[in-house]
Amino acid sequence: MQEVSLLEVRGVGKRFGVVQALSDVSLSIHAGEVLALVGENGAGKSTLMRLIEGVHQPDTGDVWVDGAPVRLRAPSDAHALGVRVIHQDPDIFADLSVAENLFVGDLRRRAGVFLDRNDLAARTRALLARFGLEREISPWMRAGALGPAHRQLLEIMRALRAGVRLLALDEPTSSLTEDEARRLFAVVRGLRAEGVGLIYISHRMPEIRVLADRVAILRDGRLVADRPAVELSEADIVQLMVGRPVSSLFEQRVEATGPVVLELRGVTTAYVRDISLSIRAGEVVGLGGLIGAGRSEVAQAIFGHDRLVAGTVAVGGTVLRLRGPADAIAAGIGLAPEDRKRQALLLLRSVSDNITLCVPRRVSWFGLRSRAAELLVAGEQATRMRIKTPSLDQLVSKLSGGNQQKVVLGRWLARGPRVLILDEPTRGIDVGAKAEIYQLIARLAADGMAVMVISSEMPELVGLSDRILVMAGGRIVGEVSRAEATERDILTLAMAENLEKAA
Amino acid sequence: MSGRAARPARRPGLVAGLGPARIITTIGTHNFSLLIALGILIVIFGSLRPDVFFLTRNIQNIGQAMAILGVLATAQTIVIVAGALDISVGSIVGMSTVCIATVVAWTGSTTLGIGAGMAVGAVAGMINGLIVTLGGVNAVIATLGTMAAFRGVAFIISNGQSIPIFDPAFRVIGDGRLFGIQITIWVLVVVATLFFVLMRYTIAGRNIYAVGGNPVVARLAGLNTRAYQIAVYALSGAAAGLAGMLLAARTGSGQPVSGSDGLELQAITAAVLGGCALTGGRGTIVGAMLGVLILGVLNNGMILTSVPTFYQMVARGVLLIAAVVIAEQQARRYA
Repeated sequence: MQEVSLLEVRGVGKRFGVVQALSDVSLSIHAGEVLALVGENGAGKSTLMRLIEGVHQPDTGDVWVDGAPVRLRAPSDAHALGVRVIHQDPDIFADLSVAENLFVGDLRRRAGVFLDRNDLAARTRALLARFGLEREISPWMRAGALGPAHRQLLEIMRALRAGVRLLALDEPTSSLTEDEARRLFAVVRGLRAEGVGLIYISHRMPEIRVLADRVAILRDGRLVADRPAVELSEADIVQLMVGRPVSSLFEQRVEATGPVVLELRGVTTAYVRDISLSIRAGEVVGLGGLIGAGRSEVAQAIFGHDRLVAGTVAVGGTVLRLRGPADAIAAGIGLAPEDRKRQALLLLRSVSDNITLCVPRRVSWFGLRSRAAELLVAGEQATRMRIKTPSLDQLVSKLSGGNQQKVVLGRWLARGPRVLILDEPTRGIDVGAKAEIYQLIARLAADGMAVMVISSEMPELVGLSDRILVMAGGRIVGEVSRAEATERDILTLAMAENLEKAA
Repeated sequence: MSGRAARPARRPGLVAGLGPARIITTIGTHNFSLLIALGILIVIFGSLRPDVFFLTRNIQNIGQAMAILGVLATAQTIVIVAGALDISVGSIVGMSTVCIATVVAWTGSTTLGIGAGMAVGAVAGMINGLIVTLGGVNAVIATLGTMAAFRGVAFIISNGQSIPIFDPAFRVIGDGRLFGIQITIWVLVVVATLFFVLMRYTIAGRNIYAVGGNPVVARLAGLNTRAYQIAVYALSGAAAGLAGMLLAARTGSGQPVSGSDGLELQAITAAVLGGCALTGGRGTIVGAMLGVLILGVLNNGMILTSVPTFYQMVARGVLLIAAVVIAEQQARRYA
């Protein structure tokens, strides 16, 4: 093809703690081409971006620019070489004007001290005109007043102004309308024609078909394909993204026939729309979809954290009055949220305090704490969950991720809830603890609990659930039963909405 | 359990050679360092003014000065643990003294007077709590505003005058003794004990640590975080009302300016010295009491060694900042 590649990674690997985020990835981008980078959540796309932007340094392998190895110690090193990454949420100075945002670091002066406003406005107008935005955006508009699409374009213009040669866009259309997305595509094509190399990360198949010259697919931190776009069908791409057998960590499940415990009818909040679902006693229902599809927000709605605009949540046939999580807890719902450290654990407190947090009546006598009762209740859960801790007085922050998650689960099991919602129950924990948590979930369901599992890990979702509801754009877009569930079906459903939108 | 659980129990370097490690882990390493600091202060002032420092009368002076500060500092500790801050306490003290004096002058009833002082304090505290929770105003700014407003109210009630109290019962509270110890000190002992039990041995106390430690977690565990914050401010206000009673009894009058001499500053200093994290969720009543002792000895020692008043003010300000710096360093080490 071309003589020297613009940017190249050779055998790069990166490990975070126990997680091997990237291993031995080699990839090159040439001037004037669009490379689509696809993969499931957690496949290593963002890590790769951070390596080429100099946020992280690779453990193995190197980054090459113009045919020579470079060491990128910080984003400023990458920027100096003309490499820029535009993130999903652009960093802009909300209180500065558009012009100042664009030319920050290159503001010309008059008489040595005064800002040359005329020069700045002229340069800004020229740049805006290049994108056909001169009528919509004036140079002195406050940048914070811009919508998401314009912010994204602002960030791209800033990169161009600084002489970008390689531009990476991380899911740029996730918050854009169709029209805005189309305008972005035009900009991308224009940049390609000018000889800029582009990396385009997206979950949306139609965009990939329309824009990409080449498609690179990451799975579990490895590069599994790097081929011209014309050679790959959509089905091929999905197959390559998933491409692994469902793990055997999971137990065989029997069909649940118990009564309906949790029932949602037309639940609508600021984040999700018209959610109707029901879970029977003894049933595990999975909630699948891409990040940002509204899965956690369904959990927040059921738990009374987000206010319901419409619809009802009922437990055991009784419609709940949800003024806050306290009402949901009183009705027998438990939630192990997505982010253990920020949403679930009191890191300054002991294992015992964390386990007994939601059962004050079991561990007190007229409001006075009983140490004996606390140790009894906490000890019971610690034994049941096989929590590894030197003592129940140990600070919970000192435990490993897996044991911390067991503490969170123990907190709810101490209450004996009728409905348990688990949001990313195994995020960031090791394989051994994962298997234990899977067994526990199966056992709880067998004992008659209604369980909802939210997970971005497809094998986990397929392996745990009796049926899977797939979400996209804040709505449930489909249902797959365990018998027919394959990772491909779920991904296809999750992306279908995007197909429609772009069609 | 809870107090100690708030920090790792072992720091071998400090323990070596100073006696059985178990004693230190029982009282906590932080409290142990406070005791050492207190010991050093006593040695310094004791050797500078051996003629006066150890006299019974001087020790009683220290105790007397500690009583008011102690009530405020322990209450402030609870507020800080809950993740907030109350800098209006000094003004509430002033408001309380004039209310007590006014009510006593009208009704002649000691009980009504004291009740009025504490009620006014509790209401003032509740106003703080409502501004912070419902109004969504930052705790420092909210109580900075009410600090000025409450001071104004005190001047309005008293018409800017000092109101004398002739009720003999107040003289007894101010100067009287029980088993050889001043009644004001007994009041502090009772208040501190109640607060200690609240924070360590009740579910409410445990929940206050939870609300301050991480409000999101507390809410998702079903706790009414706003109610706890309002209650904590009301408690702080009531404690300031009680402190106002002690001050009115000692001075025999209600004065709108009383409590304006940096009481809030000293209360916060004592709480932070005692191990409170300004980010909430960490701090103990025992630590705060040790902080109060250190401040009491320091204030007394500076007077005895004739440190000019203006320099004392500088020293107090520096001490608060030093206490926060030390607390930050420790938090970073344990993070």
